Amino acid sequence: MFIGAIGCEPLQLRRVLLDNSASLEVYRANGGYEALQKVLNGMSPDDVIGEVKKSALRGRGGAGFPTGMKWGFVPKDSPKPKYVVCNADESEPGTFKDRYLMERDPHMLIEGMLIAAYALGARTNYVYTRGEYRYLIEIMDVALAEARAAGLLGEKILGTDFNCEIYTHTGAGAYICGEETALLNSLEGLRGHPRMKPPFPAVAGLYGCPTVVNNVETLTAVPDIIKMGGEAYQKLGTEKSGGTKVWSVSGHVNRPGVYELPMGYDDMEKFILEDCQGILGGKQLKAVIPGGSSVYIMPAADIVGKDVRMDYEGLVAAGSSVGSGGFIVMDETVDIFESTKNLTEFYKHESCGWCTPCREGTDWLVKVFKRIESGEGRPDDAQLLLDIVDNIEGKSFCPLGDAASWPIQSAIKKFPEDFRRKVLNGNGHVKDGLPTA
Amino acid sequence: MSSQFTPNNPLPQEAKVPQEIAVFSPEVEAEMDRHLAKYPVKRSAILPLMFIVQRERGGYLDPPGVAYLADRLGVRITDIWEVATFYSMINTEPVGKYHLQVCKTLSCKIMGAGRVTAKCTERLGIKPGQTTEDGMFSLSEVECLGSCGTAPMMQIGFDYYENLTDEKVDEIINKCQGGELSNGVR
Ligand SMILES: Cc1cc2nc3c(=O)[nH]c(=O)nc-3n(C[C@H](O)[C@H](O)[C@H](O)COP(=O)(O)O)c2cc1C
Ligand code: SF4
Ligand code: FES
Repeated sequence: MFIGAIGCEPLQLRRVLLDNSASLEVYRANGGYEALQKVLNGMSPDDVIGEVKKSALRGRGGAGFPTGMKWGFVPKDSPKPKYVVCNADESEPGTFKDRYLMERDPHMLIEGMLIAAYALGARTNYVYTRGEYRYLIEIMDVALAEARAAGLLGEKILGTDFNCEIYTHTGAGAYICGEETALLNSLEGLRGHPRMKPPFPAVAGLYGCPTVVNNVETLTAVPDIIKMGGEAYQKLGTEKSGGTKVWSVSGHVNRPGVYELPMGYDDMEKFILEDCQGILGGKQLKAVIPGGSSVYIMPAADIVGKDVRMDYEGLVAAGSSVGSGGFIVMDETVDIFESTKNLTEFYKHESCGWCTPCREGTDWLVKVFKRIESGEGRPDDAQLLLDIVDNIEGKSFCPLGDAASWPIQSAIKKFPEDFRRKVLNGNGHVKDGLPTA
Repeated sequence: MSSQFTPNNPLPQEAKVPQEIAVFSPEVEAEMDRHLAKYPVKRSAILPLMFIVQRERGGYLDPPGVAYLADRLGVRITDIWEVATFYSMINTEPVGKYHLQVCKTLSCKIMGAGRVTAKCTERLGIKPGQTTEDGMFSLSEVECLGSCGTAPMMQIGFDYYENLTDEKVDEIINKCQGGELSNGVR
């Protein structure tokens, strides 16, 4: 598996290949904790938030919300304690970058969280890590102990009046706990059901207190933003999406891995065929899901010869989105009916059961997929899938319902022949109710 | 505040079913204390404590373990079950000593997850969801574990096994049977 940067100097992945990269010693020898020092040497919390705003950093957890703006929503005058919670739940299918960031460079996350905590006035902070990533919790705990011993955590950090603690917390196998309000419920010891928004976590989050939830990759970008200045960071990317983005590449490529690219990297085709060294076994590219399972699938025809730009705006223009950056490549042998069924089973399994459209809808979707697969497909089954999806999308309590809907909508639209073949193989009907390609 | 569902008729304290309460060593108690110390609210430690109880009670939350957690966290027994049944990593029934969890989600699927499961079934004579009669192995199919770039993969306990081939699966199972491999529970 490859890990490194293409098209830019490695920023987030600068240290990952060094020996002992997880240690405090190596981190410090390579510029670590200089940003924290700079902050504590005379930047005000507002200065820090200002730099993050200038950086045009957008949240890397999936929604792409501007980070500086989110930090700005935390009320300054609230007498309640404030919290920074790092979302290390990383459960979006196809996504594994946070894992390598934490495994290889845990201090970068600690430093990012410390700076965020300083900017927001938070004293106690948590890293919510998915339960399966136990070994990462162990790595983080070692790094946190090192930081504590070096005076970088706890009371009077680096000899100043800044006091701050960071603790690890474990999830226990539930995709929905990556959704920030479900995560907060889970951290409070409850079932991981999402909460009603508003109020947003920035106002009433953990234990009802102002809370910022940020993804690992978002927080690990912060030290560099402070060191080089928000403007310089923004310039590494595009006007609206600053900096670099870490992509997780899996599926049928010769070189899967964790790739750091500048935002706005200009050509997805080149990325697949050259940087990822082409399709496994010399086969043809069929489709890409560029941003984790929840985004629209892209057929090869929308990528090859199309100069698709890899950033938020570029991918929307090309009919998909950045999402979590979980880049899944599929060759000509993949049947898109099957791949969509696989993802629908995922959403059915992970629906938290709180609201009816998603709980019942995902169950119905899987039933229809299974019926078609068993050869009992009916001519209007593709339309039936779309009708069920129509009753889930926009009508569910949290975005998981939408996430379950989009793969099906885009797969039927972009690969009608794969659905048609399945339905027809089943019962030989001639009329199938599917749009023609 | 949280939109936590609060039943209109909370269970009265006396409705707690009286039962045996699990007992743990001072070391394990101290380990739990370290988790409890992280939070301003005890209940927040429910998942970390559940993992410890399940490890100490033979791999799952048995009723005495549940009674212990309710007592330790100052919540009702139903609160413990409510949470335990939500999370797939918390077992409410016994599992085999080696719990083979094969990822079946898309990236693994297209890279050969089906073969991995089939190989495990062939070697162990159990299907996903089953445990061998001697209690040594359980086999499960699970959703994406964040190893998509090194697919196909499985997790045994907390340990990752990646880039799996038939030969590698054979070797792993042989080692388990020979007792040479950790079951990854910790
Ligand atoms: C169903 C669902 C699952 C999510 N899973 C994750 C996740 O695993 N990791 C993550 O960082 N964000 C996840 N998110 C997004 C979070 O709700 C939230 O937007 C994010 O943590 C905010 O951090 P950011 O602004 O730094 O991206 C998920 C959202 C939904 C709706
Ligand atoms: S949309 Fe699905 S995951 Fe979200 S609250 Fe409803 S049932 Fe739960
Ligand atoms: S799809 Fe198997 S680890 Fe992600």
